[in-house]
This record gives sequence, structure tokens and C-alpha cells, in this order.
Amino acid sequence: MASAGFNDSDLLDLQRRLVILRVGLLLVVALLALRLWHLQIREGPYYRDLSENNRTRSVVLEPARGLIFDRNGVLLANNVPSFTLYVTLEDVKDSQALVAQLASLLNLDSDVIQKKLSIGKGSKLQPRKIKDRLTLREATLIESHRLDLPGVMIQVESQRNYPGGAVAAHLLGYVGEVSADQLEKAEFADLHQGSIVGQYGVEKTFDRQVRGRAGQKSVEVDALGHEKRAVVAERPVAGDDLYLTIDIRLQKISEDLLGEESGAIVALDPTTGDILAMASRPGFDPNVLSKELTNKQWVEIVQNEGRPLNNRAMQGQYPPGSTFKVVMAAAALESNTVAPSTTVRCNGGYQFGNRLFRDWKAGGHGSVDMNEALIHSCDVYFYTVGQRMGIDTIAEYAKQFGLGQETGIELPSERVGIVPSTAWKQKARNQPWYPGETISAAIGQGYVTVTPLQMASVIGTVANDGVAVRPRLVQAVMNRAAGERVEFPPTVRGKVAVKPATLALIKSALADVVTKGTATRAKSPLVTIAGKTGTAQTAALRTGPEKDIPKKLRDHAWFVAFAPVEAPRIAVAVLAEHMGHGGSAAAPLAKDVIEAYVKAYPQAVGGAPAGNRTKVPAPAVEARPRA
Amino acid sequence: MIDRVIDSRGLDSFDLRFIGLIAVILSVGVLSIYSVTHSQDTAFPFYLKQLVWILLGTAAFLVMYLSDYHKIARLAYPTYAVILILLAVVLVMGKSSRGAQRWIPIGPFAFQPSEFAKLVLVLVLANYYSRVPRVGWLQRVVLPGLIVLPGLLLILKQPDLGSGLSFLAVYAAMLLMVGVRSKALGIILLLSVMLFPFVWEMVWASLHDYQRQRVMAFVDPDYDPGGKGYHALQSKIAIGSGELSGKGLYGGTQSQLKFLPEGHTDFVFAVYAEEWGFVGVLVLLALFMALIWVSLEIAARAKDTLGALLAAGIVAMLCFCVVVNIGMTAGMFPIVGIPLPLVSYGGSATIMTMASLGLLLNVKRRRLSLFY
Repeated sequence: MASAGFNDSDLLDLQRRLVILRVGLLLVVALLALRLWHLQIREGPYYRDLSENNRTRSVVLEPARGLIFDRNGVLLANNVPSFTLYVTLEDVKDSQALVAQLASLLNLDSDVIQKKLSIGKGSKLQPRKIKDRLTLREATLIESHRLDLPGVMIQVESQRNYPGGAVAAHLLGYVGEVSADQLEKAEFADLHQGSIVGQYGVEKTFDRQVRGRAGQKSVEVDALGHEKRAVVAERPVAGDDLYLTIDIRLQKISEDLLGEESGAIVALDPTTGDILAMASRPGFDPNVLSKELTNKQWVEIVQNEGRPLNNRAMQGQYPPGSTFKVVMAAAALESNTVAPSTTVRCNGGYQFGNRLFRDWKAGGHGSVDMNEALIHSCDVYFYTVGQRMGIDTIAEYAKQFGLGQETGIELPSERVGIVPSTAWKQKARNQPWYPGETISAAIGQGYVTVTPLQMASVIGTVANDGVAVRPRLVQAVMNRAAGERVEFPPTVRGKVAVKPATLALIKSALADVVTKGTATRAKSPLVTIAGKTGTAQTAALRTGPEKDIPKKLRDHAWFVAFAPVEAPRIAVAVLAEHMGHGGSAAAPLAKDVIEAYVKAYPQAVGGAPAGNRTKVPAPAVEARPRA
Repeated sequence: MIDRVIDSRGLDSFDLRFIGLIAVILSVGVLSIYSVTHSQDTAFPFYLKQLVWILLGTAAFLVMYLSDYHKIARLAYPTYAVILILLAVVLVMGKSSRGAQRWIPIGPFAFQPSEFAKLVLVLVLANYYSRVPRVGWLQRVVLPGLIVLPGLLLILKQPDLGSGLSFLAVYAAMLLMVGVRSKALGIILLLSVMLFPFVWEMVWASLHDYQRQRVMAFVDPDYDPGGKGYHALQSKIAIGSGELSGKGLYGGTQSQLKFLPEGHTDFVFAVYAEEWGFVGVLVLLALFMALIWVSLEIAARAKDTLGALLAAGIVAMLCFCVVVNIGMTAGMFPIVGIPLPLVSYGGSATIMTMASLGLLLNVKRRRLSLFY
């Protein structure tokens, strides 16, 4: 290159070098074009997908749970609108900061939020449910911080609501978010984090029907996660409605009768198995349990001494006491251990070896036959026949009446109690059966345990002339999609092998129990009632009058009954924990329940012949818009 | 080559191809700006403001076109001094945006000296090289380098990485034009390679956090895509999802739904590419290439060294901005903040670019003026 200074003579040189710029320009433009071809043509579809995902969020539309009605169409569970907060991780810039912000705005534990964000399958595009049942204040607070909270979304959803509060809580159950463990199971496969499922009661057993099917909404959002418009919508399908067999008035009366005491009342129609009322006290408010509970709240409920979550009607296992004599009577007569006229001398006690088994009546009942033994609940009579029959015969009849097994009611976790036998003892305790143990079993003590529901079923079977009908809680399912109501017919479990004469004798004796026996307090001017009292001992040693014994050591009071005696339409079992004698504590409660039933359904007890009775016409279903 | 055959239409130095190309590219810009911002409810929308800038730019274009570029070049040093002062003023009292101080507020508007500094640098260097005798590398490389340095440092201090790089590009183009001996070039290259780690350390240390993160995001595109890699990723998604024929005007979901930041300024090309696809992209690239090609022709036919250097410097600057802007939106380069000439929204850049093009056409006019 020349070393002369720049002047116009070098212009040619300069201009020649422009060629380098030209070539360079062509090269870089070609390079740019190539790069853009790569982005737009080769990888175009990939970026097209990314841009779609960028703008569309698939939002699950929660279905409304099916409604639950009582037998007369009274609404027991419905849905109310409520605010639910979701977070879409894809739109969240700084999740730590978001968690902290939400924790302070919602007054929640940040660990809880963190856990919610991490539960469940699906991509970061799948919104996670953080909290439902936001208060209006919380929802407003979130909305006002909208711009600082990208990825946060508030949806109006329907929430389970139980208008009756604690009434029938054990039957209805409650709902809750599907747990991480549940999500792993096949039956919850179509659910996702935040889905609501039944966790107890019929909400749980009929969850499949009541749950419905979630829909989906494709929402176009902007860069801040703000909803612009819904693109595609797959409508959610509401769950089916349930019609229960209970009469909510009777249910309420039963619960009120127990009041603050612990216990259970089961009332059923022995001809159909319909549960008319099934009360368990203490109870709980399912509205509270269907909410997200803090750990502390949950522990409080679970560790509550009254065990309110325990459905005593079907999970409480108690010695049946003298109510067991109903089964004993059938067994003794059918096994020809005694004849109806056979008498036993009762002078207040039964000597077995070197032990004296006392009768509840200190002086004894004198000479009693089966009829009198039932009416006055003579212990010595049943000690004697029990001893003669042997435990295995007793067990055989007890099983025929449905004890020691599930009644098959449509509620989760039913308990079965114990029907002891030589085989049972060998298996359960690895010990032989001792003859003395039969004596206790004969009056429903010792190893024998039953649930109130089982006893209602037993007395119902007696009332129904030996035909055992499975207790049922759900009468029908209303399939909304198909627009049809599917009825569940009553199911006959079987017929006990007991002669009509035997049953007639027992029924007549039980009627006399109320008119002149141990349960005169159950006598009603409205309807003829038959029943059997029971007092289940909880402590081995009891001396002195009942009122001097600490409450938790007092006996359980039993009463099982049916009415009307001539054509029974209601069977009741009452178990009042630590209330003492069945005749004084339990019998009046049964009477009240029966009277309430008679008042509510006068036609049913009007004496129409069995099998030809018209059903109670159900009042019109309360028409409510579904949330 | 002053005796070159003149254009047969030659009576008119007011090159219609040139003007036409500028007009079409400006229209692409206004349309794209309108598309991104039309949903914003403002009294004075961006596209209208841009039309005002184009009007002012047209005035600047005419002033630069009608004056004598020799006279303009003579004003280069004082103008450079003023620009340096303004750059210093920016640092002291400038308006901040996204962590950088680049603007001097003037009433409702903001004036960005670093944009004008680029054109002034072209003038200064062209003026320098056309006057200084061609002796040794000291005069050819070091002295002009010392002229570039204060402006460069002030711009980097803002920091405006894009304008700083433009400065270096102009300087490099000038060096290329005046011819650097291959030995000298070798030494410069060697020194650059040896010094690079130290310079890089210094530059890295002087960068703002967000700039470092952008560089990191460029090196590793998956680096925090929701954070600093966000611009780069969203821009690539916008361009890529345009595919062959684009999503149509207003159809760009990336830009309409605000996933793409700065859609009307530095990333306006991504908006355009999303809406018009690869076909539209090729058309725009062709328009730019034609404009630059015509400009190179003007440089090649300049009647004197000053004209040739001015033209070449302007072309180099334009070329650099176009390539780097498109390259960064397409994910080829780190994001440095350079607007797309004539397309991006912005007063200072539009006026500066149009003034540069006016000066370029002036060079052609002077050449023809010898014959009239």
C-alpha cells in the first residue's frame, strides 16, 4: 500500500475496498436469511407450539357435585359458589417470592402452599389449586395485587355445602381434596391435584356417582397471565343426585334425643331395610371438615375424647346386654333346648362351679317360662338355657340374625362386632372355650359385641317375621345426563330358620315387655310398641346405686323395639352410652322416635296389610338452581 | 472516478429508488408499531408519534441533503465536542430506563445523544482521514482511536452496549476503508487476542447485572428462561411461530399478548416476522439489502475521499445496526439494545438515520453537481 497521504488520487483505492463491504453484506444477509429460515421453516412448528402454550392455559372446570336429598326430597347437601385460587407455574417468574406473598395475603403457611404447588402430575401449564373458599376479602385482596401476581388466577367454583350443618353428618360425610396417595390409585385416575372427592359417609361410598366429570376451558392469557378470552370449552358434567332413605325430621329428632350424650339411634323400616334415621352422637359439622383444616384443627377433632368422627351406629361395638335375649329365645326354642312352656326356677342367682351368676333382680323371678323370662328379662332363665344349648348353637343363631357380620349398609368402614364360638376363641385367643363363658354370653355380656345398626336389623328381622332385609341408606340415584332416576330395590338377605310360632311367641312377649315388663316407659298412646331392654355392663365391679358411680363406668343403656306390633313398619335400636338401665334411659328415646314416625307417616302404620301398603308420596323435590 | 458515465436519467440526483426504499421501509415500521400498540389506549399513540419523528427526520434528511457535505464535515470536531458534553450531561442528569441512563428529557420528549454520536463519529473520522496525510500506523490507527475513545467510554458508561459496538463498527469500517497494512492488521489482531481477557474483564466488570445475565442467557439459552433469557426466548418464539406466511396483521399472539417485551422498539423485527412469516422477512431483508446496495453504489461513485469515506461510514453503520438487530432478535447474538434502522420506534434513532441517509444522498448530489 502506498504511503502517500490521503488525497483524491487514492479515491480509486478507497472505492475498490468497498467491494469488501459488498461481499460482507451479501454474506451476512445470507447468514441472516439462513438463520430465519431455520427458525421459521425448519423449527417453525416447534415455535408455533411454544407460542400456543405461551398464550393458552388449560383450565379445569370443576363439576358441581350431585345434590343429596332425604326420602322426601329435602335438600341435605348442595353447592354454593365460592372463590378458588389457582397458580399456573408457567406464568410465575419467581415462585419463592410468590409463595411468600400468598402466604402473607392469605394468612397461610408457606409450606402448605409450597406443597400444593408440587403435588400432582402435569406440566407447569397445569394450574395448581392453592386454596378454596376464599373469603370475599381475600379474593379482593388478591385481585388488587393482580399486577404483582402473575400466574395467579381466581375462579368461581361451587363448594360443597351442608345446609343442615351437623345433622346427619355421619351419613352424609364430607368432602376434601384428593390426596397425593389417592391420586396414585386407579379409581382416581381421571382426577388431578385439587379435585374434590368424598372422604366420608355416602359422599365417599357414592363418590363415583356424585363426583361428576370435570370440563376444560382453554384460556388465552397475556404475558402476565391475565385471562383474555376462553378459546375452547368442554362443559363439566354435574354429578348424579342421591336420594337417601332417611327422613331428615326423624334424623334430627333422634340426634336431639341423644343430645349431649354419647350414643346412637337407628330407625329402619323392617320391610324394606330403609334407614329412616341413624343418629350418632357426638357429631361434627361437615361444612367445617370439607374446608381445608390446619394440622392443629385436625388433631383436635381426631383426638377429641368423644370421638365425634366415629359413627357409633355402625362402628361402635357394644355388648348387647339383655337385648341379646331375643336371639337367645329364638335359638333356645328352635334348637329344642326348651319348649315355650318349659320353666326355670329363678331365685336370684345361678351357681356354676364355685361362682354365682346373679340375676339383675336380687330376689329372683321365681318360676318363669320363656314368655315371662323375656317380659321380665330374667337372667337366670337365659343362663340356664344358654348353658344347655352351648356357645356354638348360640353363635349359629346369632349369625343367622346377622350378628358378627356386616349389614351391608352403604357406608365405609362398617364394624362387625363379635359372635363368640369355640372356633372363634381358638382362632382369636388361641384358647379353648370355657363353659362358664357361655353363661355371660347368654345375657349378651362377655365376648359378645354388636353395633346398634346390627341390633336394629335383628329386631327388624323379628318384626318382619324372620325375613332379613339389608339395611340401605340410598334409595335412588338421579342420573342427570340420562335424565332418569335409578331406584335401588330393597334386598332380602335371607330368612332366618325360625318357625312362625316361635317368632309369634317372641313378638308377643316383646309387646308385653312394653305393656307390663321392663320397658313400660316406652308405652305409647299412639301406637303399639314391642321391645326389649338391655343394660350392657362396662365395669366388672359395681356396687351401690347408679348415681354414685362415675359416669364413664356406668352401664350402657339399650333398647330395641318395633311398631306397630300388628304390622311393624319401624324398627329402632337405641344405645345410650353410660346411661344406665335400658328401661329407664333408652326406652323413652325409642318411644319418642316411634311416635314421631307415626305422626309423620300415619298411613304407614294405619294397619294396611303387609306387602300391599302404598308408599308415602314424596313431597316435591325442592327446586334449587345448581351452582 | 469522477469521469464515470452518469446515470442516463442523471438530471435528478434525487434518487427515486433510494427515496422509495426508505419510504417503504419506514412504512413497514409504522405498520408494525401500529400493530403492536394499537390496543393500548393512549391519547397520542406510538405510531402517530413515529409519524412525527419521520416528519422531523424528513426535515433532517433535506437539510443534510441540501447542504454541502464539506461544510458539514468541517463542523465535525465542534459537533463532536458538543456530543461529548451531552453524553456527559446524560450521565449526570439523564433519564433512566431499565437501568441505563441514555436520555435527556426535553419537554414531553427524550433526546438520546448516543444515537447522534454515531453519525457525528462518521463525520469526524471521515474528516480526519480525508485531511491527515497517510503516514504510519500512529496517525492511521492510534490517533483516530484516541478520538473514538472518549465517546466510546462515555457511551459504555451509560451503559449503551449497542451504541458502543456501533462506534467500534464505524471505526473498524473506516480502518478498512483507508487500508491497514496486513502486518499492522496482524499486530492489531494479535494484540486483540492477547489483550482480550483483560479487556473482557474490564468490560465484564463495567457491565450492569442485567447485561451480564443477558450474555449468560445467550451462551446458555435455557438459563432462567423466565428471567433474563426471557427476551431472547420470546423473540425466537415470535419469529419461529410466524413460520412461512406469518399469522397476519394483528395476528401475532406473542406481541399482541405482550409476551414479547419492547415489541415496538428493539424487537419490532420479531413482531414483523411473526405477522408476515418467512416470506415477509425475505421481503424486508431484500429491501434493506437494496437500500444498502444503492448506498454502496453512491460511496463507490463519490467524487472525493471525504464523500467516499462519509458514504462508506454511513453504510457500515446502517449495515451493522440492521445485522445486529435482526441477529439479536433471531437469537444469533446477545441482546445489546440496537434499534432496527427506519423500523423501530424512536425519535433520536429515526431522525439520526434519516439525516445519515440525507448526507449519503448529498454525496451523490455533489458528484453530479460537477456537471451542472
